[in-house]
Amino acid sequence: MSATSTQRSVLPGFGLSLGFTLFYLGLIVLVPLSAAFLKTAGMSWAAFVEAVASPRVLASYRVSFGASFLAALVNVFFGLVVAWVLVRYPFPGRRVVDALVDLPFALPTAVAGIALTAIYARNGWVGRFLEPHGIRVAFTELGIFIALTFIGLPFVVRTLQPVLEELEPEIEEASASLGAGRGQTFARVLLPELLPALLTGFALAFARALGEYGSVVFISGNMPMRTEITPLLIITKLEQYDYRGATAIAVVMLVVSFLLLLLINLLQKWSRRFQQA
Amino acid sequence: MEPPFPAGLTLSMAAAITTPLAVTHRAAALPRATHDAAWVRWLLTGIALLFVGFFLALPLAAVFTEALRRGLGAYLASFRDPDALAAIRLTLLAAAIAVPCNLVFGVAAAWAIAKFNFRGKSVLTTLIDLPFAVSPVISGLVYVLIFGLQGWLGPWLQDHDLRVIFAVPGIVLATIFVTFPFVARELIPLMQAQGNDEEYAAITLGAGGWQTFWHVTLPNIKWGLFYGVILCNARAMGEFGAVSVVSGHIRGETNTMPLHIEILYNEYNFVAAFAVASLLALLAIVTLVLKTFIEWKHAAARGDVS
Repeated sequence: MSATSTQRSVLPGFGLSLGFTLFYLGLIVLVPLSAAFLKTAGMSWAAFVEAVASPRVLASYRVSFGASFLAALVNVFFGLVVAWVLVRYPFPGRRVVDALVDLPFALPTAVAGIALTAIYARNGWVGRFLEPHGIRVAFTELGIFIALTFIGLPFVVRTLQPVLEELEPEIEEASASLGAGRGQTFARVLLPELLPALLTGFALAFARALGEYGSVVFISGNMPMRTEITPLLIITKLEQYDYRGATAIAVVMLVVSFLLLLLINLLQKWSRRFQQA
Repeated sequence: MEPPFPAGLTLSMAAAITTPLAVTHRAAALPRATHDAAWVRWLLTGIALLFVGFFLALPLAAVFTEALRRGLGAYLASFRDPDALAAIRLTLLAAAIAVPCNLVFGVAAAWAIAKFNFRGKSVLTTLIDLPFAVSPVISGLVYVLIFGLQGWLGPWLQDHDLRVIFAVPGIVLATIFVTFPFVARELIPLMQAQGNDEEYAAITLGAGGWQTFWHVTLPNIKWGLFYGVILCNARAMGEFGAVSVVSGHIRGETNTMPLHIEILYNEYNFVAAFAVASLLALLAIVTLVLKTFIEWKHAAARGDVS
């Protein structure tokens, strides 16, 4: 570390690379994002509240936050199982399954949206078995939940995998040698170790689900008050040339996203300290 | 603890590639106390496979099945539609501009952040990640607020007969925004882990800055770079929400492939919609294969390939 200052003076390009980075970051990201806040700053408080807290907007928050929360929760559970199996149990085709976990990152959201709709439609592969039992997925809240579960899974698995990898076998051996059963070892020893990563994965999946648009709009049916997610409402307002209304809602969502980003950063710091301790 | 391996590249790749396939067969070597009962193994593997099958494999299979529902002839006919071809061209164009822009940015940002110490570094790193935290819809919206008719530059653009929103430049900008962090966030941890020693040696031996970058740094980061680029490209070609806001959906002019899929789908032209979708699904598969290949190469270099 003490050598850093010497190296810094020797390596060239600091001014150029940092200058370009800041310029590009400002031009592409910071100035455009600040436009949303400035646009809203011109609104009166009453108009802002009217725009972000009308019954239809509140209903969209309920749908978006509720479905995102449930999807992230389900992903934490199944993501843990998938990550555990991928790290701990060698089985044929493991590499294919491992690659497939990233599909929601690689598959365009619109493609995922129409594919999920086709599967869960009344005559679809899965939908036709659910329909006789009165379970409807496409064009209901359940459909939104399914789409958000699809896009959130890799966040949990990829956050957990490296942590599972790094777990020292010694702590499990110690636990076993002290007489703990496998279940006890998992609940009392492993789960606390995994907690920061589980929470990070949850927060990442939740944050992604909140803003998701493409995979949801096809399967949700988009009924105001019932299956209308907040990102869709922003688009609807834009199409009605209600720029202020759209931007006000966007600012609310941006603030939530930034808070989540902050939370995720704090979680990761905690997680790192956890591992070092 | 780490097995001995050629210095530099290997360890750092693990740190960089955020989804490490350093997932090796360590399980086989684990002592018995860490082994689960056979029924637990079967149960958990079964649950995992069922979940992955239902949520991931099924949608992928559905794309191709639906696309070929009326046979190969109908499938291929979908690509004779000039609007579909225009959408493919526009998608390629947008990615061809957005990916190199973010590639140059990613290298510059990683050089500044990984090679030097300065105040506010962690803030800068967080800001670079910002586009991932923003809803795609909002990513498009902010450009409408600047370049749209009612936006800051709207009147000026109109006076000069320039269009950004509802035109190709807006689509490119929105694509750059949503793919902004990919290359940078791949390279920063990689270059941080590699340290400055090799560059320092090159400079001491009399190499210039660019020479050092081309001959020392670039060979070290080439796989990480490639990794970032393929992920960036997949997202660039598949982006829907952000592009949807700025495109205006003019058939044959401002429709990218994902937007064209939406139009076809809403017209109940399912075979054509899934045919275009199948191209993007193929791109996704190629991306995943390349990604796995890079991770495998990295694991092989690490000397613990499974």
